[in-house]
Amino acid sequence: MEKVGIVGVGQTTYERSKEAPVDELVFEAASKALKDAGGDMGHIDNIITVSNDFWDGRTISSMAIQDAAGSWGKDISTVEGDGTFGTFYGMMRILSGSFDTTLVVSHMKGSEGIMNLITNAMFDPIYQRSLGIDATSSAALQARLYMKMSGATEEDFARVSVKNHKNAKNNPLAQLAMDITVADVLKSKKIAEPLKLLDCSPISDGAAAVVLANEKGAKRFKNSPVWVKGVAHCSDAYSLGYRDLSRAPALAEASGRAFKMAGIKNPLKDLDVAEVYDAYSYMEPMWYEGMGLAKEGGGKDLIRSGATEMGGELPVNPSGGVLSAHPVLVAGMARLIEAVLQVRGEAEKRQVKGAKTALAHGINGPCGQAHCVFIVGS
Amino acid sequence: MGDWKSEVKNIVYEGQIKVPYKWNVGETGSRFFIGLRDKQEIWGVQCPQCKKVYVPPLKTCGTCFVNTDQWVKVANTGTVESFTVVNYSHGMQPAKPPLVYGLIKLDGAGGSFVHLIGGIDPAKVAMGMKVKAVFADKREGTILDIKHFAPV
Amino acid sequence: MGKKVAIVGFGQTYQRSSRRDVNGVELINEAVTAALADADITIKDIDAVVIGNMDHFEGINYVDMWSVEGAGAVMKPIIKVTTGGTTGMTVAMSAYYHVASGMFDRVLAIGWEKNSESDTTGAIITAFHPVWERPNLGGAIAGLAVEASKYMDNYGVTERDGARVAVRERLHALNNPYAHLHQEWMKGMEVDKLVELLVTSEQNQMLAYPLRMSDMCPRTDGAAAVVFASEGVAEKTASKLAWVAATANRHDFVFLGDIDWDFNQTMGDAAKKVFAKAGIKDPLKEIDLCELYLPYSYGGLKWMENMGFCGPGEGPRLLWDKITDMDGELPVNPSGGVMSSNPIGATALLRVGEAAWQIMRKSGPRQVQKNVNYALATGFGGCSWADVMLLSSKKPA
Repeated sequence: MEKVGIVGVGQTTYERSKEAPVDELVFEAASKALKDAGGDMGHIDNIITVSNDFWDGRTISSMAIQDAAGSWGKDISTVEGDGTFGTFYGMMRILSGSFDTTLVVSHMKGSEGIMNLITNAMFDPIYQRSLGIDATSSAALQARLYMKMSGATEEDFARVSVKNHKNAKNNPLAQLAMDITVADVLKSKKIAEPLKLLDCSPISDGAAAVVLANEKGAKRFKNSPVWVKGVAHCSDAYSLGYRDLSRAPALAEASGRAFKMAGIKNPLKDLDVAEVYDAYSYMEPMWYEGMGLAKEGGGKDLIRSGATEMGGELPVNPSGGVLSAHPVLVAGMARLIEAVLQVRGEAEKRQVKGAKTALAHGINGPCGQAHCVFIVGS
Repeated sequence: MGDWKSEVKNIVYEGQIKVPYKWNVGETGSRFFIGLRDKQEIWGVQCPQCKKVYVPPLKTCGTCFVNTDQWVKVANTGTVESFTVVNYSHGMQPAKPPLVYGLIKLDGAGGSFVHLIGGIDPAKVAMGMKVKAVFADKREGTILDIKHFAPV
Repeated sequence: MGKKVAIVGFGQTYQRSSRRDVNGVELINEAVTAALADADITIKDIDAVVIGNMDHFEGINYVDMWSVEGAGAVMKPIIKVTTGGTTGMTVAMSAYYHVASGMFDRVLAIGWEKNSESDTTGAIITAFHPVWERPNLGGAIAGLAVEASKYMDNYGVTERDGARVAVRERLHALNNPYAHLHQEWMKGMEVDKLVELLVTSEQNQMLAYPLRMSDMCPRTDGAAAVVFASEGVAEKTASKLAWVAATANRHDFVFLGDIDWDFNQTMGDAAKKVFAKAGIKDPLKEIDLCELYLPYSYGGLKWMENMGFCGPGEGPRLLWDKITDMDGELPVNPSGGVMSSNPIGATALLRVGEAAWQIMRKSGPRQVQKNVNYALATGFGGCSWADVMLLSSKKPA
């Protein structure tokens, strides 16, 4: 396969509420990504935007930001899902031979809508929605099933929250950088048991962008690309009660394919750093297992061992993860950007020394129904 | 150029999307709701290939990709496979919090059913608890024709 | 350098005003099942799925996730792409790129809508800017009426010209058993008489001058699915293929006031790009058939000019000279087009599937007599967006 790399990355800060409208956020992220690449919009062959009509409160939400993404006179399309899925599509458009470069942008203003109502709308209108279930309450059902299957405890989940919020202190873009303790998490407000406030990611505003290029396209830019070594995505079934909610078979499938492409046999050893989609604390150890970083039920042991802390065998979420800022749709792309920065050696205070191969992960749908996994490397 | 911004106080435009919807339940789902409404019975459909019984009904078994055609009556009792006590409120909830949601595996069904658990102190709900459907007095052919599941 | 891609199967539901017997997922499944049957493959042969619709037409968030059981995407890669009226074509283009990338051999493209389940115009109004445009303007009809009246004024085009497009689309639809509008009363009547009736009958309500009811598309419940396959795999999958020769799209400014209403630049630019890629120099001569996304009658005049099928103001001539009728030099919309069936997220994908079937000679009563080597399909939508795909009976060089 032809090589495709990420040659530029850009992010706004992530905040609880940003005053700038979405098009300004998109313009900021896109401009930063182009500047980072060492090029300009003239070097971009086509564009993928990532948006969702419910979150934006607008039909054809992509219409509102296409100018800000520089799409006039160029081919453009819109993926409704996490930014990693949009990036995957942007990459395929290059591999098709039609384009040498793609700009992918994603944005979110979680502050402008009501998260519970918007995520309630992803549940079936006939059988589930009138029960009032939403992203958080469905995640809580999954958390308890995962605890039962794996033996993980609320303390284990709290350790994830402590680790990631602490890591966020080294990330100037993060929203929730905090020194907290396991006890703080355990005594934080009960949201949807077993999930407490500090087990849950925040509502966030922000935007992110990446510039993708093949070897030919990369020559247009001053910066050097970090190459995509492997990528795949996969969706589980929708019916909540008919999925094995305590495991992540779709993640196993997606990561398995991505590892195969990248020639990774033992992910815990072969990866230098991982950025995973921890929308809720329990997800991180669960995704470890899905990705094969730990055996089934072994996610808790990996957390307890400290292997995934900074300085451990495989630091996970040095950026602070999704727990420290959760702009939906953007969050997976933010993981990818962090992975790129780590491989470049540009992650400043949170740099994992000598990082050469990094994993980035995005999810879509209730309880991590679909997963997208990127492996990037120098 | 920077000066004018200091004089601006940002305006927030309040709005909401109001689009009315009516969702067609379809023949398969309608039969399920008629069972709830008229007979207080819970029916599922069985996949002819993997034999899994889906409640609520799924016209297509996603795993086998064949249409389910056989109707199977399942019990109105089941087991709590998972639950959560929700302590926050929003406009789509059918009652005031605390609300208890459960994944309930009905006896005879191949998977779990998402619904409310009631008739019990939320602090006392436990995994593996046996529960029974409590039907609403006024039933209109919706998922809330089952008021909630209560301990047996 | 990218794989060549062919369409190997197409399926659709009957397009109807309301499908109360099925929910959305079940409707999607009907089209998927039909497309797999048409390609003579099973869901196991599908490597990835792309789906599209417009969120606020059914009020369902994350449709790609909600629909997987019906779409056949359990434990497969699925993404949702959505770009308003162009969605069906965006889905087709995405499936094309999936296959052309070499990452997937067979990809299923799905478009669907149950417009009966919501207030379509109410939902469309939410496409406009919430602060600047939504309070004082909105809906699809007003903008199109502005375009039509400006076009009429520019070139002396009349309401009769518009009505002639409507007559063509509705007469063609009578040959298409899947079409939503079957205006049986038109059967056997003279074209001139029909045009006369449409512009004079009081029953034909004036919606926004110059647009009458008959000038507009309906709102429809329906789904469509198309299977794309890579070279090497496609030839083994089906005996009749429609190759993707070229595809491109262009999207315009955000605000309606910024659009050049005299010239449909997005449609013109996207078509120009596609023709250049495929080496088409004289589209009227070289292209054999069109399935165009014409949501209203005047699009069948003005946009033909903008795509380069004729000069400015010559759209009516193409029409009255019967060039775009079933047995003309360039049949346009043998299916009856958007003005006869409009399940919005599926509408442009229907154009692709119908064009492919004409090349494959699978169109039954609506099959054109002439040989179809090149067939053009388009999508058009909100804020003057245009997507174009050219299909060919021959594998592109």
